[in-house]
Amino acid sequence: QPHNNPVPGSSGRPPAMNCRAEVLEVSVEGRQVEEAALAVLHTVLLHRSTGKFHYKKEGTYSIGTVGTQDVDCDFIDFAYVRVSSEELDRALRKAGAVPRQDALRSSGSDGMGQISLEFYQKKKSRWPFSDECIPWELWTIKVNVVNLANEQERQICREKVGEKLCEKIINIVEVMNRHEYLPKMPTQSEVDNVFDTSLKDVQPYLYKISYQITDSLGTSVTTTMRRLIKDTLAL
Amino acid sequence: AMDTDLSSQDRKDLDKFIKFFALKTVQVIVQARLGEKICTRSSSSPTGSDWFNLAIKDIPEVTHEAKKALAGQLPAVGRSMCVEISLKTSEGDSMELEIWCLEMNEKCDKEIKVSYTVYNRLSLLLKSLLAITRVTPAYRLSRKQGHEYVILYRIYFGEVQLSGLGEGFQTVRVGTVGTPVGTITLSCAYRINLAFMSTRQFERTPPIMGIIIDHFVDRPYPSSSPMHPCNYRAGEDNGVVYPSVEDSQEVCTTSFSTSPPSQCVFTVTKAHFQTPPPVVTDTLKVPVMGLAFSHQLSSSRLSYQPAALGVGSADMGYPVIFAGGLNAAHPHQLIGPGKEGGVPPVPSQPAHGTQADQERMCTPLDGVHYSAATPSSSEDTETVSNSSEGKCGSPHDLLETIFIRKVGAFVNKPINQVTMANLDIPFAMFAPKNVELEDNDPMVNPPDSPEAESPLQGSLHSEGSSGSSTGNTHDDFVMIDFKPAFSKDDILPMDLGTFYREFQNPPQLSSLSIDIGAQSMAEDLDSLPEKLAVHEKNVKEFDAFVETLQ
Repeated sequence: QPHNNPVPGSSGRPPAMNCRAEVLEVSVEGRQVEEAALAVLHTVLLHRSTGKFHYKKEGTYSIGTVGTQDVDCDFIDFAYVRVSSEELDRALRKAGAVPRQDALRSSGSDGMGQISLEFYQKKKSRWPFSDECIPWELWTIKVNVVNLANEQERQICREKVGEKLCEKIINIVEVMNRHEYLPKMPTQSEVDNVFDTSLKDVQPYLYKISYQITDSLGTSVTTTMRRLIKDTLAL
Repeated sequence: AMDTDLSSQDRKDLDKFIKFFALKTVQVIVQARLGEKICTRSSSSPTGSDWFNLAIKDIPEVTHEAKKALAGQLPAVGRSMCVEISLKTSEGDSMELEIWCLEMNEKCDKEIKVSYTVYNRLSLLLKSLLAITRVTPAYRLSRKQGHEYVILYRIYFGEVQLSGLGEGFQTVRVGTVGTPVGTITLSCAYRINLAFMSTRQFERTPPIMGIIIDHFVDRPYPSSSPMHPCNYRAGEDNGVVYPSVEDSQEVCTTSFSTSPPSQCVFTVTKAHFQTPPPVVTDTLKVPVMGLAFSHQLSSSRLSYQPAALGVGSADMGYPVIFAGGLNAAHPHQLIGPGKEGGVPPVPSQPAHGTQADQERMCTPLDGVHYSAATPSSSEDTETVSNSSEGKCGSPHDLLETIFIRKVGAFVNKPINQVTMANLDIPFAMFAPKNVELEDNDPMVNPPDSPEAESPLQGSLHSEGSSGSSTGNTHDDFVMIDFKPAFSKDDILPMDLGTFYREFQNPPQLSSLSIDIGAQSMAEDLDSLPEKLAVHEKNVKEFDAFVETLQ
């Protein structure tokens, strides 16, 4: 009987496919980096987390409930929804905190960083080979950090970045709505190859967050950002 | 023909999913416009009543409204469920902000698994809805509501009406889910002129009128469904009687199977719970009802009175929930909000064949039992056929209320004193008033001076003050008689002395005057202890203030 998910072969390996990649870019002020990154990460994770699976006999399972909560940003005129899970929030904050520290350290000069959120599946290999990690979705958040001169500019930046983030949320939702490849729901023995089961209240797909910082921005991005702010001030 | 491909169990499941998806969609949207941050908990063990594996609370009134609008139907081609979000200022002007549309198109996906894929995708779509409801302009406005404006919602079913959104409105797609009977799409059309009205403009008090006037919209298609504020008074559950949502009895135990699809098991069991007592299961803390513009000296609230339209019992002395039967079968044109800034028109007779917009606030029902279908009734038949909630549609059981507008600063005027002529112009409050109104308005015509008053009575304050603190300061000063020199004047109807006595003090604040038939006695009495407590608490301040005036 045909159905939408790939038919599992005996090894449970998904068919060969390209990992789909999405890139989001935001230009923010130094102190907005963490919140902007968290907003994007949480929105993606909201869509990529389920309730905890509880396997029963006969290969059936039931799914726990995912709660949600609103988060208001302090440095951006923006609010977003995240999964109600302190563990998940802590994990994401840890990942987002590092770029922020680096950005702040190099404050005074504009900088650029990149945060990657990768969803993957594990493929167990026979000893002595280690397990493979096969990514199936990759989100790249490019963060341009701009340093602003005065409070008025910062106020405008609060609003502008808020508006930009609204656009990013819409973009993320568009991608999610494509209903493209998702790993097949695993059997109990395979669940750890697909989901992160370490959290006690929710179950995101297996994910990895990494980041890199580059130093100074190209002048073009800085001037565009500044011009945007100046134009708004002139209105 | 398409139905034969779908097993009857699948069809039933699908209909159920779509129905609850629609209800949850409405909950998410309205809750996102309450003006408060929402927080629900994750739970690792399935509770069995969390549809789509998401913790979305059900505000009973909202579910009730949604079910009423759907009337047992499901979204289908040409029959969309729409949630309209609008803004209403304290002056009574309203403006549509968003229309959220849950639609169905004909594109079918025969291959998709109902009990598995469709369900999970609907869950994903609800998550997207949670995210998107925070990024349209109305979200930020709704977070700041309460003082100058409130956010209202209205649910209707049928054709989507976008004309109220002004020119150049934008659309955002939340998502789609293909099913064997059609593709469900969820989208939002939102006004963008608002984008230039930053929320900061609402933080400065004037001039809201100046902004709204550009977006003033005449509703071309008044629909029958009432509008409601998104936030409402919490804690006043002295018998608020929306029964708990029926689906609390419908346990959506989802059992998924990882075996090959032919063995996919999805069970929806109906547990037979005890019918829970009707209670507002509102776990969201919301502020005081948005239109309770309370100030220190009085609480001026929009209040409702049973209409003298020959419907309902006349013994309701306090605000009741308006409940309507306002569909094509029961057309009572009561209110047309948004048409103008004045008082809504009230025809003396129900106008058949017309439909009316209703605005309504959720106020506590004291002693009114709102009859609706009990949860235990006919659960099985409640799929696609007519809902058994017919009871609430009968106008005879229900009271109709009249929306009493404030004309001027929190002055309540009974509606039936306002003529139709006043109502067609926008911002009627600024128009020359009906003489009848003016006669009753103590602000315009202070009561006649007490000529017959014994000179020994002494207080010089105008008769209009009902013993409030402003008058007390003059009790010490007794004037025996007042004959100012050259005080007689044949031209003026009153002599200088009288004039002086009359207008020595500023006129009584209208908000302190006894409102004419607008506020119920019970409300007044209820609010008295509170007011007294406040006055007592502040007596030192008042005294100090008065000292500075001496």
